[in-house]
Amino acid sequence: MAAKHFPVEASHILMFARSVGDDNPVYSDAEAAKKTEAGGIIAPPTFAQSGAQFDPDYGLRPKIGQPWFGSGKEPTGIKREPGGGGRGGGGGGGGLHAEQHFEYHRHLKPGDVLTATTSPGKTWERESARAGKLVFSESVTEYRDQNGELVITARGVGVRTERPIDAKS
Amino acid sequence: MALSASKLKVGDVHTARLVEDLKRTQIVQYAGASGDYNPLHTDEVFTTKVAGYPSVFAHGMLTMGMTGKMLTDYVGDARLTKYGVRFTNQVWPGDTLDSTATVKAVTEKDGVKVVELDVATVNQNGVVVVSGYAEARVDD
Repeated sequence: MAAKHFPVEASHILMFARSVGDDNPVYSDAEAAKKTEAGGIIAPPTFAQSGAQFDPDYGLRPKIGQPWFGSGKEPTGIKREPGGGGRGGGGGGGGLHAEQHFEYHRHLKPGDVLTATTSPGKTWERESARAGKLVFSESVTEYRDQNGELVITARGVGVRTERPIDAKS
Repeated sequence: MALSASKLKVGDVHTARLVEDLKRTQIVQYAGASGDYNPLHTDEVFTTKVAGYPSVFAHGMLTMGMTGKMLTDYVGDARLTKYGVRFTNQVWPGDTLDSTATVKAVTEKDGVKVVELDVATVNQNGVVVVSGYAEARVDD
């Protein structure tokens, strides 16, 4: 993920917290949040991932005027192997999220304006009985605030599978 | 409501139910909030006919996010210093998830007491869907 301008906003934090089923008022109620140790509204621990909203090239968001690999008239809008960058998914096997790690130097709050820069890490392969050949790739994203301070370091690992994963029952 | 190092013991466990009968709509809600619109999570036609899965399934990050609520409810607001997971199995609509944090160690880093936790989330069949760790600042 690369985002030059990732504004952290209270309404986005509210929607994100709702979507993960978290009704803690520290994510939604400024008055209640003031009385907590956080001292005001903060973002939930995995919120940084939603910086994808502010990555102009993020491949897993339909873009105006461009083909999209999800279904419409046909089961897919694109005939070639989809993916669209990053850990894009779909096709016969496709890309999935294998690991995610966060290190918090401080917690995000409304008013922060972040930049996110991602650098590629290691890649490796492994054979799996459930999904065939697995190709893993790592990336490290640094989130810096409006003062240039590093606030979150994130490490993600994506995996492309040779075929869809057999679910464990 | 922060934790105290003096009261924590290795092996202490905190558990919480994250979701019962996960709905497709919640997955859609997460897609909208996070910006991850991968059709594998929201588009049943694409996912069954093109990708070859039996149905849409949850974003790993949705399960990590729900598991994060279990953690922050336990350690308190703004206390987490590290949180990481592996996504070990897919989460499907209809799944019921329970999550556990287990105290692995209570240590001191740069003069601050921290608790190290093992984290695991399982589905209704006892299959681990998320496995990881967290670290949080605690009081003395």
